[in-house]
Amino acid sequence: MHYDVEAVRRQFPILSGGICYLDSAATSQKPNIVLRAMDTFYTSQNANINRGVHALAEAATVAFEDARKTVQRFLGAKHAHEIIFTRNATEAINLVAKTFGRSLAQKDRIALTLLEHHSNIVPWLQLKEEKNITIDWIGLETDGSLNESSIADVLSKKPKLLAITGVSNVLGTKIPLKEIIKKAHANGTLVLVDAAQMAAHEKIDVQDLDCDFLAFSGHKVYGPTGIGVLYGKEKLLNDLPTFLGGGDMIQTVTTDGFTAAELPRKFEAGTPAIAEAVGLKSAIEWIDSLGIAAIAEHEEHLLAHALEKLQTIKEVKVLGPKDAKKIASCISFTVDGIHPHDLTQILSEKGVYLRAGHHCTQPLHNHLGVVATSRISVAAYNTIEEIDRFATEISHAISAWKK
Amino acid sequence: MDLYAENILDHYRHPRHKSVLKNPTVTHKEENVSCGDTVELSLSMKDAKILEIGWSGEGCAISQAAMSMLSEELIGKTTDEALSIATDHIHELLGVPVGPRRTKCALLCLHTLKNTLRAAKNEPVQSWTETVGEQ
Repeated sequence: MHYDVEAVRRQFPILSGGICYLDSAATSQKPNIVLRAMDTFYTSQNANINRGVHALAEAATVAFEDARKTVQRFLGAKHAHEIIFTRNATEAINLVAKTFGRSLAQKDRIALTLLEHHSNIVPWLQLKEEKNITIDWIGLETDGSLNESSIADVLSKKPKLLAITGVSNVLGTKIPLKEIIKKAHANGTLVLVDAAQMAAHEKIDVQDLDCDFLAFSGHKVYGPTGIGVLYGKEKLLNDLPTFLGGGDMIQTVTTDGFTAAELPRKFEAGTPAIAEAVGLKSAIEWIDSLGIAAIAEHEEHLLAHALEKLQTIKEVKVLGPKDAKKIASCISFTVDGIHPHDLTQILSEKGVYLRAGHHCTQPLHNHLGVVATSRISVAAYNTIEEIDRFATEISHAISAWKK
Repeated sequence: MDLYAENILDHYRHPRHKSVLKNPTVTHKEENVSCGDTVELSLSMKDAKILEIGWSGEGCAISQAAMSMLSEELIGKTTDEALSIATDHIHELLGVPVGPRRTKCALLCLHTLKNTLRAAKNEPVQSWTETVGEQ
């Protein structure tokens, strides 16, 4: 079926001004239908959930639980109560680190990869500080894929948990998750997948992957900020201690203690982001209406075109795999003689928006031997013409800067 | 901001006083951790007066050009005079408006200068908040 990118674009009001937005890995833009869904919730259904029996309270509760079921389908989870709403992927990962981590002791190990975002590093480093556990790092090949022998080596130390990204937010590297999860389980290691970068670009099926936990953010999948998701296998979530305390997460409270509510409310203390959950539901339905495979195919064309264009500019050095089939979402690069912050500012003045810096991945940047990089990232609404415009502006910047 | 402003590009391409001092009285390095830009400043001083200056650094055009521009003004200044240089002055040197996202790029030179002088006096370094907050 023909992918009509102009029809997709028209649904994003912010893009109508002609900006060239190539920073969707930071946050995606939101289609009208998501904005309308949240507006409709506030104008016709707004009430607090799980309390009160009036009609609005019921409508809001139903809307919130419908959103959970939509996420369940999106991830292929067995049960809706395996879907925990959080603020974002960061909070979802912290939830696991702070609850699962409570039972860890000094001799225990956690495994990470050098591709991880700070949000999948710092919670574990905090645990290291607290419990004196050991963190083992899976290293990389020169093209940014994971080093096979390093995977085997790290897993042979029998870490309690491997926390691993599905797609690198810098190099775009796609990780062979299923294979790695199988190896991890063979060593008795649980696996948490940080799907923040992956969720908008690849079909996720948590049962097929057999991951134990998975985290993603609503705002990177065309949904609003302030809503994220933790998926966890039912048994594991049941066995974990509680996270934040407060309303909604309790069964009973006495002056002596409390009993926790059942899943999923056990981990959802306080009034959640109800309208945002409704917005996320709408965003997932929007993705489904296009088909995530069709979006991914479109994005692969864009990335292939960008790789081709960038490699014709001799001052540009692309970091990571040079094969669009091996990457999703983004490409990072450096330009000889122009600092990424200068480049981003110059391009911004031309209406071309990309990201510069360390992209919350200082360990990866240290490994690559660069302080900062520039990154373009693509989404369903980007066009080949935008990639051309970006490449032209890079060339202009280089010649103007070097004159 | 016009990054192509001739004076900025000129200083970026041909930084002044970007050299190693043989026997500096004090050397101090600062970093803008959010972007990794660095400046290391060395001063030769006598009787609380700056006699010679040398610096090294890596980073964006704004941070490096600003250090180069500032370096041209320091020789002959007393510690107190140098410590009293305000953030506004750096903006004047650059001559183009610097947006909030690049303020710390512009002020890395001043932050380094103040903390180099504090180090020379064996005083504790000041925080970025103090540097940015000084008008």
